[in-house]
Amino acid sequence: MKFETAATTNPIDQLKVIGKPLSRIDGPLKTTGMAPYAYERHDVVSNPAYGYVVGSAIAKGRIASIDLGKAKAAPGVLAIITAENAGKLGKGDRNTAKLLGGPEIEHYHQAIALVVADSFEQARAGAELVHVDYVKAEGAFDLEAVKDTGKPRAPFGGPADTAVGDFDRAFAAAPVRLDATYTTPDQAHAMMEPHASIAAWNGDKLTLWTSNQMIAWGVGDVAKTLDIPKENVRLVSSFVGGGFGGKLFLRSDALLAALGARVVGRPVKVALQRPLMFNNTTHRPATIQRIRIGASRDGKITAIGHEEWSGNLPDGRAEGAVSQTRLLYAGANRMTATRLAALDLAEGNAMRAPGEASGMMALEIAIDEMAEKLGLDPIEFRILNDTQIDPERPTRPFSQRQLTECFRTGAERFGWSKRDPRPGRVRDGRWMIGIGTAAAFRNNLVVKSAARVRLDRSGIVTVETDMTDIGTGSYTIIAQTAAEMMGVPLEKVVVRLGDSTFPVSSGSGGQFGGNSSTAGVYAACVKLREAVAQKLGFNSAEAEFADGEVRAGNRRVPLAEAAADAGLTAEDGVEFGDLDKKYQQSTFGAHFVEVGVDAATAEIRVRRMLAVCAAGRILNPKTARSQVIGAMTMGVGAALMEELVVDKRKGFFVNHDLAAYEVPVHADIPRQEMFFLDETDPMSSPMKAKGVAELGICGVASAVANAVYNATGVRVRDYPITLDKLLEQMPDVG
Amino acid sequence: MKSFTYERARSPAEAAATAARTEGARFIAGGTNLLDLMKLEIETPAHLIDVNGLSLDKIESTPEGGLRIGALVRNTDLAADPRVRRDYGVLSRALVAGASGQLRNKATTAGNLLQRTRCPYFYDTNQPCNKRRPGSGCAAIGGFSRQHAVVGASEACIATHPSDMAVAMRVLDATVETVRPDGPARTIPIADFHHLPGNTPDVETALSPGELITAVTLPKPVGGAHIYRKVRDRASYAFALVSVAAIVQRDGTGRVALGGVAHKPWRIESAETQLPRGARAVTAQLLSGAKPTRENAFKLPLVERTLGAVLAEAKG
Ligand SMILES: Cc1cc2nc3c(=O)[nH]c(=O)nc-3n(C[C@H](O)[C@H](O)[C@H](O)COP(=O)(O)OP(=O)(O)OC[C@H]3O[C@@H](n4cnc5c(N)ncnc54)[C@H](O)[C@@H]3O)c2cc1C
Ligand code: SF4
Repeated sequence: MKFETAATTNPIDQLKVIGKPLSRIDGPLKTTGMAPYAYERHDVVSNPAYGYVVGSAIAKGRIASIDLGKAKAAPGVLAIITAENAGKLGKGDRNTAKLLGGPEIEHYHQAIALVVADSFEQARAGAELVHVDYVKAEGAFDLEAVKDTGKPRAPFGGPADTAVGDFDRAFAAAPVRLDATYTTPDQAHAMMEPHASIAAWNGDKLTLWTSNQMIAWGVGDVAKTLDIPKENVRLVSSFVGGGFGGKLFLRSDALLAALGARVVGRPVKVALQRPLMFNNTTHRPATIQRIRIGASRDGKITAIGHEEWSGNLPDGRAEGAVSQTRLLYAGANRMTATRLAALDLAEGNAMRAPGEASGMMALEIAIDEMAEKLGLDPIEFRILNDTQIDPERPTRPFSQRQLTECFRTGAERFGWSKRDPRPGRVRDGRWMIGIGTAAAFRNNLVVKSAARVRLDRSGIVTVETDMTDIGTGSYTIIAQTAAEMMGVPLEKVVVRLGDSTFPVSSGSGGQFGGNSSTAGVYAACVKLREAVAQKLGFNSAEAEFADGEVRAGNRRVPLAEAAADAGLTAEDGVEFGDLDKKYQQSTFGAHFVEVGVDAATAEIRVRRMLAVCAAGRILNPKTARSQVIGAMTMGVGAALMEELVVDKRKGFFVNHDLAAYEVPVHADIPRQEMFFLDETDPMSSPMKAKGVAELGICGVASAVANAVYNATGVRVRDYPITLDKLLEQMPDVG
Repeated sequence: MKSFTYERARSPAEAAATAARTEGARFIAGGTNLLDLMKLEIETPAHLIDVNGLSLDKIESTPEGGLRIGALVRNTDLAADPRVRRDYGVLSRALVAGASGQLRNKATTAGNLLQRTRCPYFYDTNQPCNKRRPGSGCAAIGGFSRQHAVVGASEACIATHPSDMAVAMRVLDATVETVRPDGPARTIPIADFHHLPGNTPDVETALSPGELITAVTLPKPVGGAHIYRKVRDRASYAFALVSVAAIVQRDGTGRVALGGVAHKPWRIESAETQLPRGARAVTAQLLSGAKPTRENAFKLPLVERTLGAVLAEAKG
């Protein structure tokens, strides 16, 4: 099905199942421990051997020699895979560094060996006996130091640089100006389930049960790396214990498991050890961002400029922090620039709202600072500069843009009018209280997505697609889509996901999965409805599918009858035309945060949070809310504690475990409220839905930062906002 | 993890004797620290002596009016004991400020005192660390040192002791009771129990090889307001940036010990005479000669401010 013109009324609009706050259908499996995650596929793999990954002890250089003698002789050790004995390996299209390093070392903890043994403990003990001699080389590890060597690099979805009007002149002429630099640190996905895989070969055919967000990408990159035909690779990811972008790609666990299994002639399972997860895999790269804003005295932005510097391995991607500044606020004169320098740290890549989240961390503090300079309420300043068209390309309207409504609704619900705009004025015992706000803004991406639906004689509708559920609720919204389309209750729908033998979907990433994959299921269901109608002798345009029946006029036939004995199967997908070129499709929100800052210690604790979002049709308010409050939690982490600390001498992230890389715990998160505005977006898909999962994180950290400023009068422009950055400017303890 | 042998000890004396006799032997109590370190091969004992069955898990009143806490009393039980809550509130508060409920259910009194540093370079066996591998150097000096010591450190090691409980024990003047491999018991004042790093950061306590902790004894209660204030980057489940354990009397006199600033719980009795003059005066003495790194210099004002807040709270 091609989706090329705005959606009109369709069966989804009935909203009998879609739009209901249903609990996730895979919930009982998860709460009873029955959901089969990759490392625990005891149901399909017996007698696996275990692999343990050895990571490089240096950041850059090469392996002079590697002594496997002792390790090979250790009890239970079956084989040791290294670059030397693995045979010729290619590199996946989406990998920057090699997944099995050596002799060249590209980053710290790059995998250099897999020790395979009968038990996990034996593999681990064997791994400690692998002796490696390195020759170290100088590397670049300090973004600040190398930033000026950065080259223009186009981030995802746009050019490296943009310019409209005459920024320099307009900025120089503006009566009110801000010129400030912000930094965001490297961050880790730190998902609960590590990268984990079981590999099994049957002749020249490989099956990988793995934890991956993008099945088809994975198949392609496995095939390319091993130089085998794609047809010989099967990937299965039925359940994924969190990804946040860290599992978009083939990673070392899967490749090494495959190599190991080939050598030992038996299935091999590998779970990446937690201490390796921070330097072996990908992370959200650090940024340095300079923002300049010029405005007239009445608060109209006349010039806005945003420059970004990030670093990555040679050939890596740029973070793309400037992308939202291109779209968020009006202003006739504008510029953005993206510079990427070479660094020898682990590969920087996508993490929840890549680019957007980092950019909004800076931009929305800048807006708060500018509002203060202008003596304007930060919400009024934003509304004054709202735009319904793409400010860089004025012929493109937004398909839907309710940013102002989000702010107005949020302000009302949060009690914004009670905020004292003068910093440091409100106390509650030992706590200095502050309130802050920020816009949430993330684009809606649409990606081709297919599915197969089958009706059987008992009236069960089975959906198969390689879409993944990474904890987001895909199983549930896909079931809701099929139920709505086929006129059956939810219990009559079976959803099977994450298997490369199923039709290729959008996968889970870039908050495109929810809308795109359900649109693909919609397309397949349209086809199945036609087949059913034809089989039962209905005119498909007139047939109504409801309550397990097909109806037209006075005639009603049970749906199951169409299946007969053989069942009825239809397969189709959605392909998107250029509606996303003609219209800027985005999702919007407003974050509100109240913090308390301890007057003595400067410890910051969030007391209240609210997000109001406008993101197209909400397919399931319950799972969507979970996505948004989860993202708000992650935003608090970004604001207050998350930082991969670089040892700039040695070139690695030092705090590489979950004790040292702090993310919020329950005690850090207060009651979170979130509210969706009523919205449908007919430009996005037949579902009229958009993404929400990444919208929720964009802007949270700056709302926290702005609240800290309101509480204390201390403006911190370098994340995370830890107490040491406030202490010096805190009032004396009385 | 290196493979190891394992036995259950039958008496404290036998446990100590076996430990001294057996190459590479270590005691294991709750295992919440030792097992983690073994998995990473930071600790590689050849033999484990399980002391959980030694009936050292009672809290008894002493003839002197104090409390004798068995070495195997779990942190959860100790924090919840009504006598501890009534008379030694600082200890209860320090305990519940540490780790998580699940860990405290396993963690023991002796194990908590003996837990090892959280220096991230100590945890990464690719890195030089004098504490883990004597003579290999100290990666933290000149590296990421935000959590590290500001006082009492050496050229060899700038690690901190991560325990909350030990800081409260220090302010309470606890004594550590042990049995030695050759038989006799002894008591070690908590002040002398933990060592400064000096040139031998791998030697962390006064215990001799094989020596087993049997109990920790608290003297008669001293009254006063008991406060434990732990400052950290997140609200729970994080080690202290700094912590203050204080017992403050009505007349403004009292005692103060600090966590998160040194290789041991940090207390200088003479500084306490300054208490009536306020936090600045006390801190000046407590942290005199401090040599912070650029990354942890904030701990100096933080100690002073936190102590100020504690003293204000004590006044009520
Ligand atoms: C994630 C995490 C967070 C934590 N957070 C905190 C925190 O915030 N604050 C805090 O204070 N602590 C914290 N801890 C540490 C925790 O308190 C310790 O792990 C625990 O107290 C150790 O007690 P254990 O009985 O498990 O010791 P074990 O691991 O069994 O032993 C520790 C050491 O003591 C020795 N030992 C044990 N018993 C005896 C004995 N009777 N005589 C002689 N030697 C003995 C062992 O040989 C070993 O060397 C945390 C731990 C973890 C894992
Ligand atoms: S501070 Fe101590 S524990 Fe840390 S690396 Fe240096 S010697 Fe090792």
